[in-house]
Amino acid sequence: MPGLIRASVWHEMTIAAAPSPSAAEDSAATGFAHRAVREPALMIGLALIGVFVTLAVFAQVLATHDPYAQDLTRRTIPPLWYAKGNWDHLLGTDPLGRDYLARLLFGARISLLIGFCVAALAGVIGTVMGLAAGYFGGKVDIAVSFLVTTRLAMPVILVALAVVALIGSSLVVVILVLGLLKWDRFAVVIRSATQQVRSLDYVTAAEAIGASRWRILFGEILPNVAPHLIVVATLEMASAILLEAALSFLGLGVQPPLPSWGLMISEAKAYMFFSFWLIALPGGALAVLILAINLVGDGLRDVLAPDGRG
Amino acid sequence: MARFVVTRLALALAVALAVSIIAFLLLRLSGDVATALAGEGAQQADIEAVRKIYGLDRPVIVQYGEWLWRVMSGDFGTSLYFKTDVASLVLSKLPTTLVLGLSSLVFSLLIAIPLGIIAALYRNSLIDRLALGLAVIGQALPNFFFALLLIMVFSITLRWLPVSGSGTWKHFVMPTIALGYYAAPAFMRLIRAGMIEVLSADYVRTARAKGLPARLVIFKHALRNAIVPVVALTAVQLGFLLGGSVVIETIFALDGLGYLAYQSIANKDFPVMQVVVLLLSLVYVGLTLMADIANAWLDPRIRVA
Repeated sequence: MPGLIRASVWHEMTIAAAPSPSAAEDSAATGFAHRAVREPALMIGLALIGVFVTLAVFAQVLATHDPYAQDLTRRTIPPLWYAKGNWDHLLGTDPLGRDYLARLLFGARISLLIGFCVAALAGVIGTVMGLAAGYFGGKVDIAVSFLVTTRLAMPVILVALAVVALIGSSLVVVILVLGLLKWDRFAVVIRSATQQVRSLDYVTAAEAIGASRWRILFGEILPNVAPHLIVVATLEMASAILLEAALSFLGLGVQPPLPSWGLMISEAKAYMFFSFWLIALPGGALAVLILAINLVGDGLRDVLAPDGRG
Repeated sequence: MARFVVTRLALALAVALAVSIIAFLLLRLSGDVATALAGEGAQQADIEAVRKIYGLDRPVIVQYGEWLWRVMSGDFGTSLYFKTDVASLVLSKLPTTLVLGLSSLVFSLLIAIPLGIIAALYRNSLIDRLALGLAVIGQALPNFFFALLLIMVFSITLRWLPVSGSGTWKHFVMPTIALGYYAAPAFMRLIRAGMIEVLSADYVRTARAKGLPARLVIFKHALRNAIVPVVALTAVQLGFLLGGSVVIETIFALDGLGYLAYQSIANKDFPVMQVVVLLLSLVYVGLTLMADIANAWLDPRIRVA
């Protein structure tokens, strides 16, 4: 019966983010680091993320201007490499005369914050559901599977747009709404990973010595499905950042004057023909950040599951 | 087989019912509908009046029951913004979105199938790496940003295609590309992985050993089997494409369901919002149901799972 509830889409979701079960046991810390270093894509991704995090953390120091300060005498100055560029605004200014470098730097904070918080919130919800469904099976599994199937039926972007529009958009609302919507892949992957380790010796041993269910779920099973969790979390982080950008682009995400990259693209799209950099810079930043996170996600999956590499 | 279909059908109905409850509650619990309906600057008395007129002062369960009953009997209410019948409004937009969804699907398959096959045939070669790299980059490019780039190139610079609107086939070209490219990487990876697996199977080796031409082996023996999982993914991706149409149709002002969804959300047009969320979800439920049945028919092992 639970097998019937699981629609064929789940299969694809699990493939998309599942290290093989044995990989977790094989990869002692040293082996993991060893293999990780040999994955150039993973290393490039990690380095890029490192750069973004550094820029975001030190945005206050690195920005030479206030990202919110408008200066109508300095509107739409192009970046340095254009003939009309100047050293005061390395990446130019937007149509309201705000320094673009400062806005991009503070925008990195918003994207990373959204990605991290949404993945954390959705991760907690999805992991608890997946652990419960995978370990207890039976009715719990049917209930969780039904919830996941129902959630999957509703397009995230549409539901998020509607709810954000009704509650009123703000950074916190966007994080909460996306976090409460994006737990599905966590639940699916953790559920199947839990099913695979449930009957292994260390779990049966823990059961035999009378460990509490709480202890078994979070002390024995969770650490062993953690590699899956990390892979899904990375991919979901990228997806959350893209969703926030899309919501903000449509005017129903983060609100002005906050410098969300999606919002910056939206504000600049009317000027894109004469001032292409206005959309190219935030769009490029977004694409490189997503690329970096996906490289890390894909790379981790390959490292954690060397057998499953295609 | 019959038992499988009946069980899956029952599940689909249960999911549809759950979706209808959520679609209804979501919009009710997200804010005070009456306040939103009364508009900005409305007095408390106005809000109370609106609450009475729309029956919003009754228990939520009663409201849901009544809404469901009306929806089931084909009465979707009246749009607050367009002031027309929601059913005919939604029906008039549906073809545009279906055309867009299908053309995007075809577009992404046209990229993904050849690339996937070539990547699998020349595994770990430069072409394979290039194809995988393209997939990674494609997945990183936000679709709304890509849509703007398309407008820059094809509308503003080359002047080949109209920036926005709907009506001619030309209006569909850029939305199709902007929506379809994002689905291609998933298809490509699946076809590549499937082909790699199938190409090392015994029957393909036999076919090769018999001296059949390579083209025949690849397309008749290998691709046929590698394409089976793609059927399931197709239904799912079509569902995602319908969701993505909200963003893409809005950018290109393409007059379909997605643009209608955006307009209804931006204008707090509750009756339309509810129906669009419900409809797109039901389309997805229907698609996955069909994909599951198709899969069970193709692969008997699934039926007894």
